[in-house]
Amino acid sequence: MGDQLSGDTILGIETSCDETAVAVVERGTLVRSSVVSSQVEQHARYGGVVPEVAGRAHVQQLVPVLAEALATAGIEGTDVEAVAATTGPGLVGSLLVGVSSAKALSLVWGVPFVSVNHLEAHLYASFLEEPDLEMPLVVLLVSGGHTMLVLMEGHGRYRLLGSTLDDAAGEAYDKVARYLGLGYPGGPAIDALSVDGDPTAFDYPRAMVQENPDTLPDDRRYAFSFSGLKTAVVNHVRNEPDAPTADVAASFQAAVVDALVTKARWAVEATGAVGACLGGGVAANSLLRERFAAMCDGAGVRAFVPSRAMCTDNAAMVAAAGWWRLQSDGPSPLDVGADPNLSLPLLD
Amino acid sequence: MLILGIESAGAQVGCAVGGHEGVLASAHAGRGRRHAEALAPQVDFVRRQAGIELSEVGAVAVDVGPGLFTGLRVGIATAVSLAQALGVPMIPVPSLDLMAFPARWTSKVIVPALDARRGELFTALFRKVPGGVQRVRDANVCTPEELSAELEALDEPALLLGDGALRHAEAFAGLRGIEMAEQGLANPSARALVQLAHARAMREEFVQPWELEPIYLRQPDAEINWSTRAGGA
Ligand SMILES: [Zn+2]
Repeated sequence: MGDQLSGDTILGIETSCDETAVAVVERGTLVRSSVVSSQVEQHARYGGVVPEVAGRAHVQQLVPVLAEALATAGIEGTDVEAVAATTGPGLVGSLLVGVSSAKALSLVWGVPFVSVNHLEAHLYASFLEEPDLEMPLVVLLVSGGHTMLVLMEGHGRYRLLGSTLDDAAGEAYDKVARYLGLGYPGGPAIDALSVDGDPTAFDYPRAMVQENPDTLPDDRRYAFSFSGLKTAVVNHVRNEPDAPTADVAASFQAAVVDALVTKARWAVEATGAVGACLGGGVAANSLLRERFAAMCDGAGVRAFVPSRAMCTDNAAMVAAAGWWRLQSDGPSPLDVGADPNLSLPLLD
Repeated sequence: MLILGIESAGAQVGCAVGGHEGVLASAHAGRGRRHAEALAPQVDFVRRQAGIELSEVGAVAVDVGPGLFTGLRVGIATAVSLAQALGVPMIPVPSLDLMAFPARWTSKVIVPALDARRGELFTALFRKVPGGVQRVRDANVCTPEELSAELEALDEPALLLGDGALRHAEAFAGLRGIEMAEQGLANPSARALVQLAHARAMREEFVQPWELEPIYLRQPDAEINWSTRAGGA
């Protein structure tokens, strides 16, 4: 793939939560630009994402981020051949900004508009850095809103193996960090503090993680639960206020990562997948990255851990997923709205 | 100069195209909460009805509020993206100015009152001036009772218009000299937007897409959404 512009130049827009992002990607794999403007500081003082604050910030950031994405890619808007945007799941007032913008751009440039599922976009993040990833592939998708294990059998062909029964992993991080007074976002704060802590100091619960997965009912085998863990940490700190915070953080993180990696290993072993990859914001966590790669080595499958920039929300993954969707389904109609509860399209 | 106008601050979403010949084509759709679905097809429809290409548009006008946050964002995100992609400037017009403009024939005080939900109204006061209307009291968010008290103190004939005024009509029933405008003037109109914007375009009152400032009038609710959060971090 050279510098020459040759068809299939797709512009992606991502505004489902608290990142305003625009990217230009070619043929679903070559990233020409990926610009992300994070609102994290605007939400930090509230300790979480405030929907109306997010919606307003997206409107403010949209034009500068769009301009920068085109400039960095070294192209004019009229060189764009399709426009993709996340239409869900996410915060509706945020999603609408990107969806509306993408449709407007497709009208002006006279090119197809493609509606993209945010979860599918996360699954495609790995293909941006490893275009020749082979399937079937187990994907562990962990973010502030989602925690799920997906078997990707082919492009657009997904089976949901399991997901969280309560809190998402990232949500548990945020809530525990808030309780420990570590601020927001919780993931990076706990990850950093854990370096100085003893992960074996406290034995926090790992839900539904037995020695043998066959002892679990089918609907629990690949399921996760983090609300009990969060409660256990809170109760422990309340009863033992002198417990070193670094040890608490490290022990909490060890419990989360243990549950995630153990179930990913079971999934790899049971499905005969040839590889496994990580996705979602929590996949930026250093312990998870290390343990996940080691697990794949042990299981003898190819591991792929995307760069941190491709794990967290970005528009390159939206453009990539949009390109594949465009090949398989063609353009989306212009009367598509935002769907805050959109689910991953699954095989039956 | 051809102007494309987009209006989505109220319960309706609308689009119009026009210039020195007046409004060439327009469309409005009711049913709140469908703004994002309706607007882009509407822009394409209006463009075809007007018999123009989008590349002929010289400026994009947009209703910048106050209004219902979600709908407002759909219109503004669409309008700034159109302007940015076309490489043309924008003309921001407040929703209440749009509502007052079609009533510019009256010598009464013009009082648009847009439904702000939660039992409140977005309001401002206008008077007619040659060629249009002029705001004589800035936009605010208030209860129907507060507006009623303000009009009572003003003690002047007034024309009250807007879906908020109609919804809370009982709050104004006892006032002397108050006329209630009909349903046809109840919403900001994209036609009025294009007409008003054309005059401003002649005076070159433009802003760039990245400079556009929505008028919210309310602080965001600082309520954290744990359950529908889908992003990373
Ligand atoms: Zn995400």
